[in-house]
Amino acid sequence: MDQKKIVIGVIGADVHAVGNKILYHAFTQAGFHVINLGVMVSQEEYISAAIEADADAIVVSSLYGHGELDCRGMREKCDESGLKGILLYVGGNIVVGKQPFEDVEKRFKAMGFDRVFGPGTPPETTIDALKEDLGVAE
Amino acid sequence: MEAVLLIDFGSTYTKVTAVDQSSSQLLGTAAAYTTVETDVGDGLSTALAELKRQTGKIEYQKRLACSSAAGGLRMVAIGLVPELTAKAAKLASLGAGAKVIGNYSYQLNEDDVEEIDALKPDIVLLTGGIDGGNSESILHNAKMLSGCSADFPVVVAGNRSCARQAAKLLGNKTSYLVENVMPELNRLNVLPAQQKIRELFLERIVRAKGLSREAELVDGILMPTPAAVMAAMELLAGGCPGHSGIGELIAADLGGATTDIYSIASGDPRKDTTVYKGLPEPYAKRTVEGDIGMRYSVLGIPEAAGGYRRVAELAEMPEEKARELTAYLAAHTDALPTTGELERIDFALAALAVETAVARHCGTMEQVFTLTGTALAQTGKDLTEVERLVMTGGAVIHAKRVADIAAHALYSTKQPESLRPLKAEILVDKEYILAAMGLLAGHHPASALNVMKKELVSHGFAQQKN
Ligand code: B12
Repeated sequence: MDQKKIVIGVIGADVHAVGNKILYHAFTQAGFHVINLGVMVSQEEYISAAIEADADAIVVSSLYGHGELDCRGMREKCDESGLKGILLYVGGNIVVGKQPFEDVEKRFKAMGFDRVFGPGTPPETTIDALKEDLGVAE
Repeated sequence: MEAVLLIDFGSTYTKVTAVDQSSSQLLGTAAAYTTVETDVGDGLSTALAELKRQTGKIEYQKRLACSSAAGGLRMVAIGLVPELTAKAAKLASLGAGAKVIGNYSYQLNEDDVEEIDALKPDIVLLTGGIDGGNSESILHNAKMLSGCSADFPVVVAGNRSCARQAAKLLGNKTSYLVENVMPELNRLNVLPAQQKIRELFLERIVRAKGLSREAELVDGILMPTPAAVMAAMELLAGGCPGHSGIGELIAADLGGATTDIYSIASGDPRKDTTVYKGLPEPYAKRTVEGDIGMRYSVLGIPEAAGGYRRVAELAEMPEEKARELTAYLAAHTDALPTTGELERIDFALAALAVETAVARHCGTMEQVFTLTGTALAQTGKDLTEVERLVMTGGAVIHAKRVADIAAHALYSTKQPESLRPLKAEILVDKEYILAAMGLLAGHHPASALNVMKKELVSHGFAQQKN
């Protein structure tokens, strides 16, 4: 079977490195070809990597609370760069403090993210979602 | 005695160097002017006659040559994303000693094809996509290149999943498949492509450039001149079995048309907390600044280095005068610094050329402000701890204050983001032998290393004053 390719990284000026490494190993174990950009990743870096790799999805992490600012315009840039329709996920601690998750999810979906995950989401949830969205049979 | 003759067919000079490899002695050097009108072969005979006057008659056991004649090795490098495979393709070509006359990214269009046709490159390096990644772009570009009427071989070094298909789409263009220049994201793999470029240079380019007759006089025109300089610098830095090198270094070759910088150094982040961004660069890296040179491209120096005010300041003359003299040098490309004024302007221009070219070669450190403090992000090579700087090129050999020129290559508080060496010993190639030693390195590395250690003159440690 063709391995699905996903680009991951922690967006913006965010240096929280631990969760990123865990996700890399979890996604790789689950059978994905993972291109890990590490921490402090700009929108352009995700996009460039996804183009060269012909990736199926971009999974954005944000932990330090500025996720909303950092993610703005990402979908439009993907469209502009020829990545129309690429699967976009975001998760981690994507906003500051405790806000009702439904509101947060709505705002990120309006920005063009296909799925938005709240704090403490285990990697398995993301893997199941990826498999479902990318049509990977169990 | 085991004498070896080393020849550098240049665009303006043919240089010859004689070495006794058994005793690692430099026997002599000579050069002869060659113009577009005169035959390269004439230049060689003149230079050899002059060498013979110095050394007496010598039986050479080997004659090795490199060449940058007839425009050097002119290449077009094609990739997908500008800062990823397109950059990797460019770095690979430069490292192989080529002149990159075109660097294209994404999908070529009809205008690009026309442009490439007009450029008539010696070789095209076609890349794009990591292994298993994007194939659309390289296939499209192969198809487009097949429509070029210019005759050039294509080295295909892209996504391996579709390499053969790309070769097929290239139609009647001769193509060579090698490993991807970027097999995984942000991992460079330039050596296989460089190896193939060098083979093609040997097999086809020397003939195509009308150098076959010269090639018969020698045991082979082995490589483009910059590749020979690169080989010399790698040997000088790293040594060879039984002989240690001098360690990581930077070399600046200040020419009339371009300024070339070489670094033989890892350049990795020095602290674990520094985050590296972008494409990691090769250990042996070469950059060419086509807009900066001491004669043909002299007008580019003030433009790149912050205007005539800086030139005037360093040359200790009024700005108007600096402007006038720079224009004079651009118009008189064979001018030598014969007057005090010309010496001062040459000094200022050389200092700024080195400063700009080394700054462009080295990486940068950016402070990223976060809520609670700052984080450091590095792009490109951190060369702050490299402690040797080799200076070569016509302008350097004629100049008086080489160490002061070289000091401008170093770290400056005025540009704290630029990761240039903090302090460095300045080594001057006053006999102009680096390319020759790169050639010799392939056959007698220990001898080449020893000659360089002897002949490169130390001008002490330099440090930027501000
Ligand atoms: C260690 C740490 C740091 C270290 C990071 C060291 C490093 N290089 O990794 C340092 C000291 C540098 C640091 C700095 C800061 N931190 Co801090 N840090 C933490 C801490 C204590 C642990 C993070 C961690 O490693 N967790 C373990 C890993 C395994 O979990 P994780 O990172 O959350 O990742 C998992 C999930 O989030 C999820 N996930 C991640 N991405 C995605 C993506 C998708 C799509 C999905 C589905 C899931 C998912 O899967 C991961 C694996 O299970 C957390 C608090 C906490 N307990 O989480 C705060 C925390 C993340 N930090 C916080 C803050 C505010 C900061 C600072 C801004 C200021 C400060 N208070 O120090 C700076 C920011 C610096 C910067 N520029 O990034 C806040 C964020 C608040 C918010 N978002 O509202 C937290 C939550 C602490 C808090 N409660 O206030 N921090």
